[in-house]
Amino acid sequence: MLVKVAVNGEKHEAEVEPRLLLVHLIRENLRLTGTHIGCDTSHCGACTVLLDGRPVKSCTVFAVQAHGREITTVEGLEQDGKLHPLQEGFMAEHGLQCGYCTPGMLMTGVAFLKKHPKPTEDEIRWAISGNLCRCTGYVNIVKAVQHAAAKIQGGA
Amino acid sequence: MAPKTTPEVGGMGHSIKRKEDPRFIRGKGTYVDDVVLPGMLYLDIVRSPFAHAKIKKIDSTKALAIPGVLAVITGKDLEKYNLHWMPTLMSDTQMVLPVEKVMYQAQEVAAVLATTRYGAADGVAAVEVEYEPLPVVVDPKKALEPGAPVLRTDKKDKKDNHIWHWEWGNKADTDRAFTEADVTVKQDIYIPRIHVASIETCGCVAHWDKVQDKLTVWMTTQAPHAIRTVFALVAGHVGLEEHKIRVISPDIGGGFGGKVPVYPGYVIAVAASVLTGKPVKWIEDRMENLQADSFARDYHITAELAAKKDGTLTALRIKTLADHGYTDAAANPSKFPAGLFHVCTGSYDLKAAHVEVDGAYTNKPPGGIAYRCSFRVTEAVHTIERMTDLMAHQLGIDPAEFRIKNFIKPEQFPYKSALGWEYDSGNYAGALRKAMDTIGYADLRREQAEKRQRGELMGIGISSFTEIVGAGPSKHFDILGLKMFDSCEIRVHPTGKAIARFGTKSQGQGHETTYAQILAEELGIPAKDIKVEEGDTDTAPYGLGTYASRSTPVAGAAAAVASRKILDKARKIAAHLLEAAPEDLVYEPGKFSVKGTPDRSKTIQDIAFAAYTNHPQGMEAGLEAVSYYDPPNLTYPFGSYICVVDIDKGTGEVKVRRFVAIDDCGNIINPMIVEGQVHGGLSMGFAPALYEEISYDEIGNVQGGSFIDYLLPTAVETPKWETGNTVTPSPHHPLGAKGVGESATVGAPAAIANAVVDALWHLGVRHVDIPITPPKIWRLLREKGITE
Repeated sequence: MLVKVAVNGEKHEAEVEPRLLLVHLIRENLRLTGTHIGCDTSHCGACTVLLDGRPVKSCTVFAVQAHGREITTVEGLEQDGKLHPLQEGFMAEHGLQCGYCTPGMLMTGVAFLKKHPKPTEDEIRWAISGNLCRCTGYVNIVKAVQHAAAKIQGGA
Repeated sequence: MAPKTTPEVGGMGHSIKRKEDPRFIRGKGTYVDDVVLPGMLYLDIVRSPFAHAKIKKIDSTKALAIPGVLAVITGKDLEKYNLHWMPTLMSDTQMVLPVEKVMYQAQEVAAVLATTRYGAADGVAAVEVEYEPLPVVVDPKKALEPGAPVLRTDKKDKKDNHIWHWEWGNKADTDRAFTEADVTVKQDIYIPRIHVASIETCGCVAHWDKVQDKLTVWMTTQAPHAIRTVFALVAGHVGLEEHKIRVISPDIGGGFGGKVPVYPGYVIAVAASVLTGKPVKWIEDRMENLQADSFARDYHITAELAAKKDGTLTALRIKTLADHGYTDAAANPSKFPAGLFHVCTGSYDLKAAHVEVDGAYTNKPPGGIAYRCSFRVTEAVHTIERMTDLMAHQLGIDPAEFRIKNFIKPEQFPYKSALGWEYDSGNYAGALRKAMDTIGYADLRREQAEKRQRGELMGIGISSFTEIVGAGPSKHFDILGLKMFDSCEIRVHPTGKAIARFGTKSQGQGHETTYAQILAEELGIPAKDIKVEEGDTDTAPYGLGTYASRSTPVAGAAAAVASRKILDKARKIAAHLLEAAPEDLVYEPGKFSVKGTPDRSKTIQDIAFAAYTNHPQGMEAGLEAVSYYDPPNLTYPFGSYICVVDIDKGTGEVKVRRFVAIDDCGNIINPMIVEGQVHGGLSMGFAPALYEEISYDEIGNVQGGSFIDYLLPTAVETPKWETGNTVTPSPHHPLGAKGVGESATVGAPAAIANAVVDALWHLGVRHVDIPITPPKIWRLLREKGITE
């Protein structure tokens, strides 16, 4: 089947099997390997990307379901050489260690901050509860989201 | 302690930002599954549905008919090359692929090689295997009973399922201490089977290049050099000699011990690449990872503690049954089949101790590796901290006061424990008092008393652990004969920048940053000017790798020693440049100056340039050094944790309200990274305390084999950690550092378990095994008739 998608603003088309998972389209057909795979049951969230601006676990979406839609991956967060405030927040607050869950956390966080520009700590914790991290204990990920929220509020 | 260097130089004590982060936050890391080579094939594995069964027949016909499926590899194929079995790190043997029978559910049965990932999975589904089920042995106690089916029928003359017996300490002295004791407590403690579940699973890309006569394996390994040697030892006879093997450990998505062993998938991928001449990728999925990769723990412990009436602890006696699955594939130093479990006297001045461990075979996957803990130290700490708490409660003494009374005192260090370890340094009461002040211990005890009056269940738990890391001195520590040194090689470039390579391998610990800080501290070269590399056996010096919190204690020390070798030469070059005698020069990080005339000086950058452009005649050019550091002793990080829990009488849920962790890892390289390590460690202590367990039903079906029922805590459950430090430097480590990666995982579970028992003690509860799940507590409360 032919699938046409816009990924990080760039148009792509590919001839794919109907069963191809979106995460494999992104990682293997388009070679955007920032999106990771961490489980088979859509629990870990390492594969989170934005589909028309909404976070989805791309291991649980078929590539063909993304036909005609816009996808944003971690590679699309930096614009014109400027990092997204959440990327800066992760670095500033030591919100990552091995880096494997980070892209999924970032995508979930970016979508969350759009809807909740002034989140409480509990709201942040609930928002990222579909993304597992084994390294950080989440404390500094929460701080990274707060860091970004403050920065976005400040008009950075 | 104020940092010696400026923030611009970024030596020890500065929370400089991580060098690793710019690539990771852009999605530009390179993990194994990101490696793609032209013509690469995909390997997927057929796994057994039975825990114990004879393989009658493997029919590949349908699989081979699937377009893109190239081959189905079985044990019989590997047997031709004598590659169907491989040695484990504990010198036991493990099947790569079975020829006769399978020994656990999810064991590898056959492998399918295909041109695509999906094609390989289709092939796996189409391979038809005929099994004849055999009696299953799940319970290690039953495994050792007379008449139990003997599992390792491959071992000639093996008549039972007993692997080894190991004991340590003075039995007679210990038994006498128990006879003479005023008070004794005894408790069965089960520390269940769990899994590290790093978010990246395991995998590799193996590429045998026939023309270059070279095998390159990108793999998820914490110990690339040791793996290269193991590959050469296993497959040297079929042409894979060590100089032809290059192991590359790229970015690793968490390791925690799970990426130390050699799994069959790696070996099959290598064999498949050698046979086809094409690159072969094998990436396991999460269920394979949880069900087949090495587990941790699974210790059935019976512990006894003896004390005098006044609360002075005297002796500890432990008997343990270790369930190793069908083979002993633990990752322990060779001399210690139960790891460093004999650090089980913990933080206390016990005069006598004796510990016995017996290993048993069962129909479960092999392992016995760490779970972010160095060699069975969590098992040891959990036991002594539970037992100490039990004794304190039994004697009616406050558990904090009881610990302080029994701690090894600061003036007793270096301290020789009853089981023979020489603890380097410690101030245990200092850490506990700081934790008590931070959390407001006295107020919490008052609150607890009031709440108890109202029938509310609140508990306060303490864990004052002593870790033992930095394996290890070559006299006692080796893995498969390889001594457990580690290494650093430094090259300072003419323009004063440097590259440093190590025998370790970061999996998230931030070595690229912290090692650069050690060099910055010693050499005065800014950390930003130092490139750190690890994980490529063709370029990095040989080392035993990163696990058991050994990177800072061993490779970090190597970095300091190599730096000091560079400074020795730098001093001579500086003397030449300044026309002074080397001994007349004064060094401060980054600069040599002439004694008494500080304006006559040369920077390390001047010296580096001179090392290549104007070195003294008779001296070799260049500014390089290497150190293979053999630690004189282990290091003993410690800490005290206090945890407050509230128990919901309606659901049995344990809520961790507060958790204060005071850690002492000696001198600190990067406070930000240390705090991050403690956060992560605490979370991996919290997880098995309340959530994680892999168990088996009576026919060996795994429970907890996917993230559906193996519960990793999310941000919602995980407590808001409160952390702090005391600093007691290690006297023997060149930097006074001790290591920290695993301390919190070792120390945290006992604090939580102690808090739960503390909340329920007045109801007659003496012990609860982890994980302390709501059903477990709810059933206990129902027995006591107090559920809501």
